[in-house]
Amino acid sequence: MIVVELRKLFRRPRTWATIAVLNALPVLVAVLLVLTDLAPRPGEGPVFLSAVFINPALFALAALAIVLPLFLPIAVAVVAGDAVAGEAQAGTLRYLLARPAGRTRLLVAKLVAVLAFVLVTVVIVAVVGYFVGTTLIEPQPVVGGGTSVSGTSLTQQELVQRALMAIGYVALSMLGVAAFGLFFSTLTDSPLGATMGALAVLVASSLLFTLDAASPIAPYLPTRYWLSFVDFFRDPILWRDITRGIALQGVYVGVLLAAAWANFTTKDITS
Amino acid sequence: MTSVITTRALVKRYGALRAVDGIDLDVRAGDVYGFLGANGSGKTTTVRMLLGLVLPTSGEIELLGGRMPRAGRRVLPRVGALIEAPASYGHLSGRENLALLDASGPAGPWRTRKHRIAEVLEQVGLAGVGRRPVKAYSLGMRQRLGLAGALLRRPELLVLDEPTNGLDPQGITEIRNLLLELHRAGTTVFLSSHLLAEVEQLCTRVGVLDRGRLVLQEELATLTAPTGATVVQTPTPDRVRQALDGRVTAIDGERVVVRGADPAEVNRLLVSAGIPVTGLALQRPTLEQVVLAAAGPSTDRVEASR
Repeated sequence: MIVVELRKLFRRPRTWATIAVLNALPVLVAVLLVLTDLAPRPGEGPVFLSAVFINPALFALAALAIVLPLFLPIAVAVVAGDAVAGEAQAGTLRYLLARPAGRTRLLVAKLVAVLAFVLVTVVIVAVVGYFVGTTLIEPQPVVGGGTSVSGTSLTQQELVQRALMAIGYVALSMLGVAAFGLFFSTLTDSPLGATMGALAVLVASSLLFTLDAASPIAPYLPTRYWLSFVDFFRDPILWRDITRGIALQGVYVGVLLAAAWANFTTKDITS
Repeated sequence: MTSVITTRALVKRYGALRAVDGIDLDVRAGDVYGFLGANGSGKTTTVRMLLGLVLPTSGEIELLGGRMPRAGRRVLPRVGALIEAPASYGHLSGRENLALLDASGPAGPWRTRKHRIAEVLEQVGLAGVGRRPVKAYSLGMRQRLGLAGALLRRPELLVLDEPTNGLDPQGITEIRNLLLELHRAGTTVFLSSHLLAEVEQLCTRVGVLDRGRLVLQEELATLTAPTGATVVQTPTPDRVRQALDGRVTAIDGERVVVRGADPAEVNRLLVSAGIPVTGLALQRPTLEQVVLAAAGPSTDRVEASR
């Protein structure tokens, strides 16, 4: 069942189109950087962008930081929102369930497929960023800069380790988006509605985050700790927000998936 | 005879509306069961409950000896279904669609998959369709593909909702012959339709649904049994009335209904009286008359409440 869902997802032209579009923005940024030679100064602009002239390989992380606030969540919300509602709209859901695929099994397979999409997308963005960075950008000696956000320099091995952890953290944050998408996807027969629902939650969360009056609930907003993956590149690693972020996403994912399961297994399929 | 589908007091309520209102279906092995009803009478809801898609409000469903929806995983692989319109992934070919559907559930071994797919495509007349994506199929081809999906595991029971929808007359005949052939090979067919002619040509048993209630469930042969009257076609109906005084029950143009279940005897009387007879037959009610008598007006009509 999981293999079937993966085949469906990755044989779909739309999946690859989404990933391609997702990579276009970091590539554009890299080209502009090279053409203008105007890197933001340390502490300004998107994180890591200031450091890419010291170590072009860091552009992999800069690329993630560029797509994380908006592009990546949209892509994940589209795929997750489409998971069940897309089948319902196409009418294939009734045939799958009469086959019988089993409602719980289908939901688990969909979740795994979305998770695979998240991982593949994050890794592709990082890899494309790495190659774009190392081929386009020439390293320059910059006074007063370092590869860590704290200003010190990290060894190559440390960088790789921390980059992998950061990728894992970003993937977990996206799993939170996927859980919202999947939950809404079991509520409606319209994939667009499910995607919009998940995005509305994220937009609301980002907006409330900037509002002082919302500070009592700020620690519980799903997007609150998204950018904490930067903390992996402080020297030493600043674990506080990272662990909170992991716990928060864990709770969201657990509750939403339980709700999605409860709804989907007791639902009348009338599509 | 073993029972294939049995429901007891099956009810599905949507808010205040009772879409299915206490029906007791009884479909036996070897039947071609025609499930008739106007649009909105609850046919589709019933079919969906049989397949575990819609959960009943109350009542029991037994499908191939298992209680639905709990036994779905065990019994549904032995059921082939076409539920309303066919559906497939448009960007994939028919063959790939069938392979994905087959891999999505139990009892579809991958070793025989390729062979089974080739076989059912041959059966429904899509053997030469090649790698074309389904989005380039015509409606009739999609219907055939849907039927192929239902036949993929050589099911004991076929549940078909309007299977000839979108087919041209040749296609309808072809599918009808295919269903009859499958039936001869031992498949039980549950055919939900509002096309009376289709049901009359195919089915051995009929159930009629009206506003969520099963108003009729009987062998087709019993329903359309001779009424004990003879229908005479003649250009001179008035002379028939004179010759067979008291036995004529109705005259409709050149069509005269005469009491008496022996057309030969009626014919002899008329011919000896010198009355020209152009046609002679036992009177049988049509399925249409039976259904209209059993069911009320169309459920599409929404009358103002008084």
